[in-house]
Amino acid sequence: MSTKQGERSWPLWEVFVRGKRGLSHVHAGSLHAPDAQMALRNARDLYTRRQEGVSLWVVKADNITASSPDERESFFDPAGDKVYRHPTFYDVPDDVEYL
Amino acid sequence: MLRGNPDLMREVQKEMTEPTGLQVDSVLARYVLGLGDDALIYAQRLGEWISRAPQIEEDMALGNIGLDLLGQARALLTRAGELDGTGRNEDQLAYFRDEREFRNVHLVEQDWGDFGDEMARLLWFSAYAAELYARLVASTDETVAGVAHKAVKEVAYHRDHARQWVVRLGDGTQVSHERMQSALERVAPFVDELFVEDPASTAAAQAGVGVRPSELREAATKFVTDTVSEATLTMPDEPKRHARGGRDGIHSSIMGYLLAEMQHIARSHPDAKTW
Amino acid sequence: MYGTDFVDPNEPLNAAEGGALDAVVDQATTRGKGGDFDELIATDKRIEPRDAMPDDYRKTLIRQIAQHAHSEIIGMQPEGNWITRAPSLRRKAILMAKVQDEAGHGLYLYSAAETLGVDRAELLDKLHSGRQRYSSIFNYPTLTWADAGAIGWLVDGAAIMNQVPLCRCSYGPYARAMIRVCKEESFHQRQGFDILWTLVRGTDGQQAMAQDAANRWWWPSLMMFGPPDTGEAAKGGHTEQSMAWGIKRFSNDELRQKFIDMTVPQAQKLGLTLPDPDLRWNEERGHWDFGEIDWDEFKAVLRGDGACNDQRIAHRLAAHNDGAWVREAATAYADKSSAREEGAVA
Repeated sequence: MSTKQGERSWPLWEVFVRGKRGLSHVHAGSLHAPDAQMALRNARDLYTRRQEGVSLWVVKADNITASSPDERESFFDPAGDKVYRHPTFYDVPDDVEYL
Repeated sequence: MLRGNPDLMREVQKEMTEPTGLQVDSVLARYVLGLGDDALIYAQRLGEWISRAPQIEEDMALGNIGLDLLGQARALLTRAGELDGTGRNEDQLAYFRDEREFRNVHLVEQDWGDFGDEMARLLWFSAYAAELYARLVASTDETVAGVAHKAVKEVAYHRDHARQWVVRLGDGTQVSHERMQSALERVAPFVDELFVEDPASTAAAQAGVGVRPSELREAATKFVTDTVSEATLTMPDEPKRHARGGRDGIHSSIMGYLLAEMQHIARSHPDAKTW
Repeated sequence: MYGTDFVDPNEPLNAAEGGALDAVVDQATTRGKGGDFDELIATDKRIEPRDAMPDDYRKTLIRQIAQHAHSEIIGMQPEGNWITRAPSLRRKAILMAKVQDEAGHGLYLYSAAETLGVDRAELLDKLHSGRQRYSSIFNYPTLTWADAGAIGWLVDGAAIMNQVPLCRCSYGPYARAMIRVCKEESFHQRQGFDILWTLVRGTDGQQAMAQDAANRWWWPSLMMFGPPDTGEAAKGGHTEQSMAWGIKRFSNDELRQKFIDMTVPQAQKLGLTLPDPDLRWNEERGHWDFGEIDWDEFKAVLRGDGACNDQRIAHRLAAHNDGAWVREAATAYADKSSAREEGAVA
């Protein structure tokens, strides 16, 4: 006995869930589905059965372009010294309000 | 409370099986019991699917549908026990009635076991249930209206699930097309019973508690017909045989086995007060 | 009560959600150079899917996560066969939800394994052909309703003990899947305890059923932690390497002891005896001493000589093969639909 060979598996979909109104969709995990409509429904059954969501996105995993770990330094490190982008960089006199 | 009181039990059984001379409440109880038994017995069949579905994602989906139906069944059986004056709770009704006292339609008790059959059954049953609960939200019985309010969203999802699958199986491969077509044919003899009037539903409709099943036929059939056509399938010819009598406790021979399995633990321990 | 020392699953997952701009600033200014596997491991940072990682690390993870996923999927069967027989409608609903959760846990875990570059179909094929294992516990039969209780209490209890530390596993997707799993599992263990708690206060028949289930499930649940892996037994096993990689945080023996220490008082509360005459409190160690585990039985079941080995795989394989036409149909429909869409665009 063994599994029937030669079957093409259903594609992989990444699932993003909006936990409640006002929040972004957050990656929850993935699943297999034959098409987008079934992926949405499977995502509902798998990732929101405890009321974890109010909205769902599914994206075919193949359609995601990800940054490569090899590029991490050139991508992300240059932002490291731009501390003036953050409000905490600036000293404000103690008696100035609403700033 | 009924256990240990055989006289009362006999009285109740008599009342539940003889359609004549019923009090209004008993007629309504019988109607609500029919709705509850449909949901219960179908949940029982769906429970058999878990770990056997074509894909693990589908185990999840069938589990969700089963849980929705079980929730409906519990609320409806509880209400039936109140209405019939016996005070029986959901478990006394589910586990301590015999086959002739169950009021469900034949459709939900069948044990075909093929995924196509299951989707054909789900399509018909949820198309019927969607129309039913859409009307029962206006029931004069608060409990029934409350169940309907929740169920109407649940069965909309079930109906959509069935439609998605029937379309994919019908318009999938040659093999799946043929299998889905024959599934529709196998289910066909059990469809008519969903829409047939019985004294309880007529009385319940008159009292504003229920709906005449015949009113649901057109809209439910349209949903199924549209789905079948989208699936490149054809509606089966009028079947020679029509299942009848479920609401009067006349069932297919398979029903006894279903109940034996469902009830045997509870009945092996008749003194147990709780599980 | 049942071990919840895992990462808080509700902690903010992105800046907008937490509103914690300061945290973002801190992170931006203290971000390590990263990229180096050993350095990430040494500083207890998570490894993410596209990071470079040693081949053996990847293989170990794939094997472990797959076996874990398989255990969830096969684990649906022993309790699943009680859904149709649950003695009350409330129990039927709870059990249905629980078995459904197991399917869900299997899917979370397959999804984590797939980030390592394997396909679920490939892993399932290995399960079906016996090239990958699942937890041996599921090769024991569930004979009575009380077994549904004992499985929740003991088997899920042992599983949680194993799984909670995995929420801090060095591989990010596995750790995240485990957080979700652990959060859901604690309901499983409680419902199991609740079944037994009801039975032990019930009729003589119900009580006897509960005791019989505890007798049968106690030893197999201790075996779930795996063979001894400390002291002399540590040589030659995987534990040391897995610990160095941050995949495993505690030895099998530590987890087993922790489980026993947690469970014995619960058994006392239930009024159930555990089938081990050597079980006694050791004041000096501050732990419960316990008797010799029958590792021959463990090995036999692992080899395939358990009551249900063949049945479990046959059931799983039947579901898979019976469903092939459905999966193929859905693929064909998806192909047709996208062809139709392209046609409509052109």
